[in-house]
Amino acid sequence: MFHFSNLVRSKSDPKIISTGPSSLTSADRLARGLGWFSIALGTLELLAPHRVTYALGMDGREGLVRAYGVRELLAGVLTLSVEKRAGLLSRVAGDGLDMATLLGELRPSNPRAGTVLAALVMVGGIALLDYTAAQDVAAQHDARRGRKRLYNDRSGFPKGIAAARGAALPRPARSTALS
Amino acid sequence: MSDPEIEHERDAIIRVTSCAICGSDLHLFHNYIPAMMPGDIMGHETMGEVVEVGSGVNGKLKKGDRIVVPFTIICGECEQCRRGNFSVCETTNRNRHLAEKVFGHTTAGLFGYTHLTGGYPGGQADYLRVPFADATHIKVPDSLTDEQALFLSDIFPTGWQAAAQCDIEPDDTVAVWGCGPVGQMAIRSAILLGAKQVIAIDRIPERLAMAEAGGAITINFDSESVVGRLNELTDNKGPEKCIDCVGFESHVSMAQPDSVLDRAKQMFMLENDRPHALREIIYACRPGGIVSIPGVYSGFSDMVPMGALMNKGLTIRTGQTHVNRWTDELVRRIEDGQIDPSFVITHTVPLAQGPEMYRAFRDKQDSCVKVVLKP
Repeated sequence: MFHFSNLVRSKSDPKIISTGPSSLTSADRLARGLGWFSIALGTLELLAPHRVTYALGMDGREGLVRAYGVRELLAGVLTLSVEKRAGLLSRVAGDGLDMATLLGELRPSNPRAGTVLAALVMVGGIALLDYTAAQDVAAQHDARRGRKRLYNDRSGFPKGIAAARGAALPRPARSTALS
Repeated sequence: MSDPEIEHERDAIIRVTSCAICGSDLHLFHNYIPAMMPGDIMGHETMGEVVEVGSGVNGKLKKGDRIVVPFTIICGECEQCRRGNFSVCETTNRNRHLAEKVFGHTTAGLFGYTHLTGGYPGGQADYLRVPFADATHIKVPDSLTDEQALFLSDIFPTGWQAAAQCDIEPDDTVAVWGCGPVGQMAIRSAILLGAKQVIAIDRIPERLAMAEAGGAITINFDSESVVGRLNELTDNKGPEKCIDCVGFESHVSMAQPDSVLDRAKQMFMLENDRPHALREIIYACRPGGIVSIPGVYSGFSDMVPMGALMNKGLTIRTGQTHVNRWTDELVRRIEDGQIDPSFVITHTVPLAQGPEMYRAFRDKQDSCVKVVLKP
């Protein structure tokens, strides 16, 4: 199979022959997917807020949608970073904010109430996914996993600390004079 | 991956018998160092048996020799190599134009450390091509096991250089921030070099216990004030010599607002490094003292307290390790039984378990301090 990165390697360096299984876990993949979803949604909200407000019957609230777009972008970057759990939890908080906003729009006078209800269900589902992913990521990175051992018997000095202290100091010149 | 081949007459190929995961590999694992490509092989702590030698190695190596491979690739001939400044060898970075753009001047090529430092494949593999092999090797005496010799490739000379460039005097207190593998080596090097008192700062219980076993007084920064304890242990004068074995991925804690701000800026590419430990070191160090920085920094660090640094008259000494400068002396100390660097190994697993061990090492799971991989 052709691998683009092989083209830039020196002729005698190892080349990719085939790729093995990915080291990403399902929790990693879910977090990554949610991170990119956050960035896509944030970009849409930031650049085309009218589409969102029109679809949800929220005309006039484009500024709010743009602000939510910025929030989505920040959460997306955080979710794609090493600090995945913080990103996912910030997304859960954002989902809560989205749901509160959508609930406010779920009134009989809104001709798009049906769409708002569908959006509410969707955000609820995504919130569940965000929360599940945050839990999975936290479990995966939990420093308490595995056995706990202390290494208080590992000095690294075969002759003991007392013998090691100053062992690398230059030795004083030995006097040749007879006393 | 295919196996490497001899490309240049000064090359050699080794069959890797042991390799290790280094703390600075985590910077690549976390994508903080640019210029990694799919299929790049990581690893810069490697040793093995020579299986093929280029015609230009001139008898300095032969098939069957057992060697440790220093992580800095050296030509042994340029002006910097002649001065013993091996980590800034002027010849071996084959992507020197990139390094010159980033650092102003090139530094040495490194194994498995992105295309910024030459794009050389690393040693977490079955076979490794060693460029400039006539100079880039450390012959291992038969009396040493792989485990005793492997860390001559990086962490032992790195800890040693960190302590050596502190110019330790018998009355000195040496404070070491970070008790990962390099910190552990720096602690023991400071003891060997005659420090009166060594203080180790970390938050992971097993690393603190290992530091204490090596002769250090420990400070857990999660439960104690670092500066307060350091002052208490030094009659309010501060340590004369301070070693930063943390580098640019320092711990982020709500109790240290600067670390949170650094993390946010780093994430949005407004700053490369999280220099919390460095700030604390400059603040804590005794006026006239020396700050030694073996920890890796990648680019730009904000809010480094230059006022304190300058007014306290501190000396800063830094650098990637000039491995071969220290090799003969360190081999002798291991052979003499002054130190056995294998104490730091907590996990030895087959190479195929590398991905899992990267995760365990990163997350400090299973009390993981240092991983050795066996191909």
